[in-house]
Amino acid sequence: MAEESARPGPRIREGDWAVLKRDEVFKAVQVLRRRKVIFEKQWFYLDNAIGHIYGTTFEVSTGGSLQPKKKMEETTTETKEAGTDNRNIVDDGKSQKLTHDDIQALKDKGIKGQEIVQQLIENSTTFRGKTEFAQDKYIKKKKKKYEAVITIVKPSTRILSTMYYAREPGKINHLRYDTLAQMLTLGNIRAGNKMIVMETCAGLVLGAIMERMGGHGSIIQMYPGGGPVRAATSCFGFPESFFRTLYEFPLSKVCSLVSGTFSSETLPSEPDYNVPVEEESNGSLEEKQTLIQETEVESNTEAVMESIETGDQETMDDLAAEDAECKESKERRNKENIREKQRKQQERKRKLVETAALLEEKNADGLIVASKFHPTPLLLSLLEFVAPSRPFVVYCQYKEPLLDCYTKLREKGGVINLKLSETWLRNYQVLPDRSHPKLMMSGGGGYLLSGITVTMEKVQSDANSLEAQKIEEPASKKRKLEELHC
Amino acid sequence: NKTITMSFVEYRDTIKDGDTAIVFLGHESMFPVKVQHGGKTQTKYGVIRHSTDLIGKRYGSKVTCSKGGWVFILHPTPELWTMNLPHRTQILYSTDISLITMMLELKPGSIVCESGTGSGSLSHAIIRTVAPTGHLYTVEFHQQRAEKAEEEFQEHKVEHLVTVKNQDVCKNGFGVSNVADAVFLDIPSPWEAIGHAKSALKIEGGRICSFSPCIEQVQRTCLAMEEHGFTEINTLESLLRVYNVRTVSLQIPDLGKAAEDNSGTGFDSSNQSNPESLYGILQQGTAQFKSGVPLKEMVGHTGYLTFATKSLF
Repeated sequence: MAEESARPGPRIREGDWAVLKRDEVFKAVQVLRRRKVIFEKQWFYLDNAIGHIYGTTFEVSTGGSLQPKKKMEETTTETKEAGTDNRNIVDDGKSQKLTHDDIQALKDKGIKGQEIVQQLIENSTTFRGKTEFAQDKYIKKKKKKYEAVITIVKPSTRILSTMYYAREPGKINHLRYDTLAQMLTLGNIRAGNKMIVMETCAGLVLGAIMERMGGHGSIIQMYPGGGPVRAATSCFGFPESFFRTLYEFPLSKVCSLVSGTFSSETLPSEPDYNVPVEEESNGSLEEKQTLIQETEVESNTEAVMESIETGDQETMDDLAAEDAECKESKERRNKENIREKQRKQQERKRKLVETAALLEEKNADGLIVASKFHPTPLLLSLLEFVAPSRPFVVYCQYKEPLLDCYTKLREKGGVINLKLSETWLRNYQVLPDRSHPKLMMSGGGGYLLSGITVTMEKVQSDANSLEAQKIEEPASKKRKLEELHC
Repeated sequence: NKTITMSFVEYRDTIKDGDTAIVFLGHESMFPVKVQHGGKTQTKYGVIRHSTDLIGKRYGSKVTCSKGGWVFILHPTPELWTMNLPHRTQILYSTDISLITMMLELKPGSIVCESGTGSGSLSHAIIRTVAPTGHLYTVEFHQQRAEKAEEEFQEHKVEHLVTVKNQDVCKNGFGVSNVADAVFLDIPSPWEAIGHAKSALKIEGGRICSFSPCIEQVQRTCLAMEEHGFTEINTLESLLRVYNVRTVSLQIPDLGKAAEDNSGTGFDSSNQSNPESLYGILQQGTAQFKSGVPLKEMVGHTGYLTFATKSLF
């Protein structure tokens, strides 16, 4: 395929993190050979995709293999015949003459989706009576259902945040993608920053920040419990280098750090937090392939392989010798494991101390908070580590905790330009003579509290009262507002 | 490269001669200032003398002015710049800029084409996002505006990240071919520039965005995008709702007292005719609560944002 290799563009490689796309539905997967993938009620392998350029569209053919699909030729529906309105169209559910079985038979015969749609049109008694617009809508709907093409695209904040919001909003505290977009800009996230991030959004917010920093600068992720969840972060497919300047620090040590009594002696117990728990998707939720299961299978296979190797000879003497050998190598392996564990423990302690030092410099370029926890204690404590004249942004699914946060921040001082906001987002259908906002829209995407740090004044009360005076609206305006609400 | 002061794309701690700093007076009142040795800036709180009050001070510091009042000096950011820049045209604000940045998938290293440059609001935001390895090619057909933009980029020490061209994008395109990851259009007739946008974008694909206030413009643009083979065409709009945090006191209405019965005086909570027990827990006086109160007026429309993807397929 000389033509193929001549085309420019990044190619799909084994091990890549990619996103499967069908219309508006996305699923993040890792490209691995001989690994079955379920997406939109179809089973297939990604092997054939390897080597193709990102953006290629595929069809699932028999046996679950992907075949690249050429650009679709326009189906010129010869039927120029159309009605003027729907006054005579009766919906009795009987207008389509093809039955479920008929359609299934067509599918089984391997008839292409395009042809099935054509068949449906020809067998619809009401089609010719529909208006041109209604016919258009009908064809689009059938094409969507029967012409299943899958595109493989590169992951990005845009795609992953849309995916998560559509299908697993609970995992990201219902953070809508445009709200995330606001956070990244309000926070002035850019290459070279030293950022502090506290999120419980499966690592999506962290990933978005890492993308905007491009591997330059550093990030300190604060985490609750045993370790940060970075399932979504893996989906971005960042290079290894991006992770060298990513640090983590337990929330449980924040108080001690702020008060100057930090010690690295007790570390929170650590789960294996770097393995993505499941393939993230906004497709059908029946899909339950878990990578953790798979890695377990792999390690079992390895163990089996090992035991086969050590048990080669068959004589009694050899068996006895083997036995001793087995025991010895087992002991050796145990000692190695313990040493490895100790080494890892030491490494983690060292990193913890290093991260604590980074925080203690109190010169971070910004703070981003997006978690399930009440934001006030997080803000009040973590702002200690941020330099003056730097932005901070807090996301909360609910407005009320941010009201409290705002009030406490005002009392504490050291912040200006506090703003509580939300964004309203609306999608449009744009077609000739049929342009209008879409029927459904998101009811809410969360709230943001943003501000800028300033140097804390020693004469606290003075600064606060002056600032309070300045920040309060003129008396007359205030009275008017209250009147409105009585 | 620390010798070049790049405060718009990199944070520094102290104010230096030549910096553009933001003077914050309180409650959304602020303005930019060009820091210069010997310079003086008038504020309603008095004079700020650059040499003594600004240069060498830490960003975020409080500065007392000659009349005794004080201000804060802030580090410039594209967002603060957007709120304070001199308008030569209607500008894009941070709400739309945020969405554009994310939907165009901008990041360090991205190559972006933009037209029109206008007052440079979006331009500064793009430059910040694509730095240090990306580039912005911006086209403006108005000569003075193009020159003013060029001037500002130089003042802000970001000229190495941007190229300004004074030409008509609809006739002559962006001046580059097949290099851009993203194209942004904010012009009266974007449908006339779609073809040029397509050729400016990399062969393997990229993203495009067109911003138009009127739906008729959007319709024509979507059609042009489709005709040129763009996919994933999607139009949306984003609006910002701001809330003021206020402690509100509502007066409890006086509903009077029930008629007294024979057993005597006084109300206690078990008395059925007691207004408090009938109508809730509120006592006399006022009830106070914290509220996020929307503003009386909000921006209801800026423009429609249409995004699309250029793909090989």
